[in-house]
Amino acid sequence: MIVLCLIQLTPSALIASITVLVLAIFLGFELISKVPPTLHTPLMSGANAISGITIVAALMASNAQLSGGNKTVAGILACMALALATINCVGGFMVTGRMLEMFKRKEG
Amino acid sequence: MEWFQALGYLLSAVLFIVGLKYLGSPRTAVRGNQLGALGMLLAVVVTVAAEWGGEGIIGWSLIGIGLGSGALIGIVMAKKVEMTGMPEMVALLNGFGGAASALVALSELLGSTPESLADRGALGAAVFLGAIGASTLIGWVTLTGSVGAMLKLNGTLRGTLSFPGVNLVKAALLAVGLYLAYSLIGDPTNIPMTYGLVGVSCLLGVLFVLPIGGADMPVVMSFLNSLSGLAAAAAGFVVGNDVLIISGALVGAAGLILTGIMCKAMNRAFVDVMFKTYGVSAGSDSGEKRTVRGYEAEEAALTFDGVRSVIIIPGYGMAVSQAQHVVRELAEELERRGVDVKYAIHPVAGRMPGHMNVLLAEANVPYDQLYELDGINSQFSDCDVCLVVGANDTVNPAAHTDPTGPLGGMPVLDAEKARTVIIVKRSLSPGYAGVDNELFYRPSTMMLFGDGKAKLAELLTEVKAL
Repeated sequence: MIVLCLIQLTPSALIASITVLVLAIFLGFELISKVPPTLHTPLMSGANAISGITIVAALMASNAQLSGGNKTVAGILACMALALATINCVGGFMVTGRMLEMFKRKEG
Repeated sequence: MEWFQALGYLLSAVLFIVGLKYLGSPRTAVRGNQLGALGMLLAVVVTVAAEWGGEGIIGWSLIGIGLGSGALIGIVMAKKVEMTGMPEMVALLNGFGGAASALVALSELLGSTPESLADRGALGAAVFLGAIGASTLIGWVTLTGSVGAMLKLNGTLRGTLSFPGVNLVKAALLAVGLYLAYSLIGDPTNIPMTYGLVGVSCLLGVLFVLPIGGADMPVVMSFLNSLSGLAAAAAGFVVGNDVLIISGALVGAAGLILTGIMCKAMNRAFVDVMFKTYGVSAGSDSGEKRTVRGYEAEEAALTFDGVRSVIIIPGYGMAVSQAQHVVRELAEELERRGVDVKYAIHPVAGRMPGHMNVLLAEANVPYDQLYELDGINSQFSDCDVCLVVGANDTVNPAAHTDPTGPLGGMPVLDAEKARTVIIVKRSLSPGYAGVDNELFYRPSTMMLFGDGKAKLAELLTEVKAL
């Protein structure tokens, strides 16, 4: 997984990614359309935690094998991105869990 | 991409989809959240496993520090936050997510050389740079917009900061931002231009949030949530990773749906929320100064004597004074006396979607006592006492009586139809919409002025003494 990742993007590969994007948007609309208001806050904070998936991109940027460019600044920015994305994920899922715990307590 | 990596990402995406689905139903929500977290863990582990072996720009020790410190800060934040502070917390986390996507984009751009761009091919380079532009624009808007929203939510920034022509400035900034993002594709080595794009995006985020009134915060929060998803999807195109595209698109779509639900709850078009500032002109329409008599808790308590049904309407004021536990105690005391107690939750009560439900759940209020607007509005006419705690715009009859006003047409809780309305509030000041509340001056209304928690505690003592 070293420099090999720079294979050239083909039009069909791009269209495949766009297909994924469009289908996921429709799926998102379908998934959320019927949610009781009680769950709006946890849903939002859970979705917010999922948007922390950018942690994967931050990891890849942090471990990029650069041949040139401004390595120092690129590295600092990638490391900051990594920390922020991690806060987003960890904090987001935990706080959602805390909220949902309160709903659960009463049902039992 | 390694085969196990692609497979791992596929599994992550499935976990996110099922997780989001489960989050939408009370019975499965806890599991949904766990599945989402599991999907995230899997995505991280798979990425680390695939990247392992090569030492990149910051090295694995720094990557470990980044992950570790982020996790630690996240845990501390999640453990420490009060339920009332949840909107600020979600806003801040949302901003961090957007910033992370934007920083990744910038890092990737700074790490590029003309040779590495040429290696990507013409199409590859154009998509890479276009995605960097999109991620930068959306990501920084998300960050500054979220931080602005957070400062408004915690009261650091008060009121709506606006000036004439603010919409024109916003439109101009957006146009400049789009132009710079587009120019990036043709001129990737022009780093100052990219910093210009960062600046324009930051400014746009601030200007986007500051003129928006506090009552519209649920809409803003949902929309920013959507933007952070889109920023992640754009970052997915930057690094060429489908799991980011899928997750980002899911969150983006979910956020848009929530935005729509919130707009509907306030009967306002999304465009109005974004571009019309309220609360400036409406306050001064009637010059007359009306006064209203404040009641003592003792007098208010007497109205609870012998009643059969009570509806409690909580608002953001309840959250601010942390009165949810006293409210629940009062409700329990009334139930012991054979009173039927219900809670009426307005969809935009509080400062984020579903905020009141979380607070009442924290105070152990039974789920089946919570009613939505449509389910309860017909019951107010049979209600003996309606207790309004720190709510204002959501019970304002002006929504019916003044169709052209700022609140005109907004679905409100018809507290006015109750035989007696007891309103616990700090002052007569208008709500976020800036409209005087007619309900405060009605003969059937008793105003209890003061801190919600203290007043309700007094009320509880008095009711117990009945």
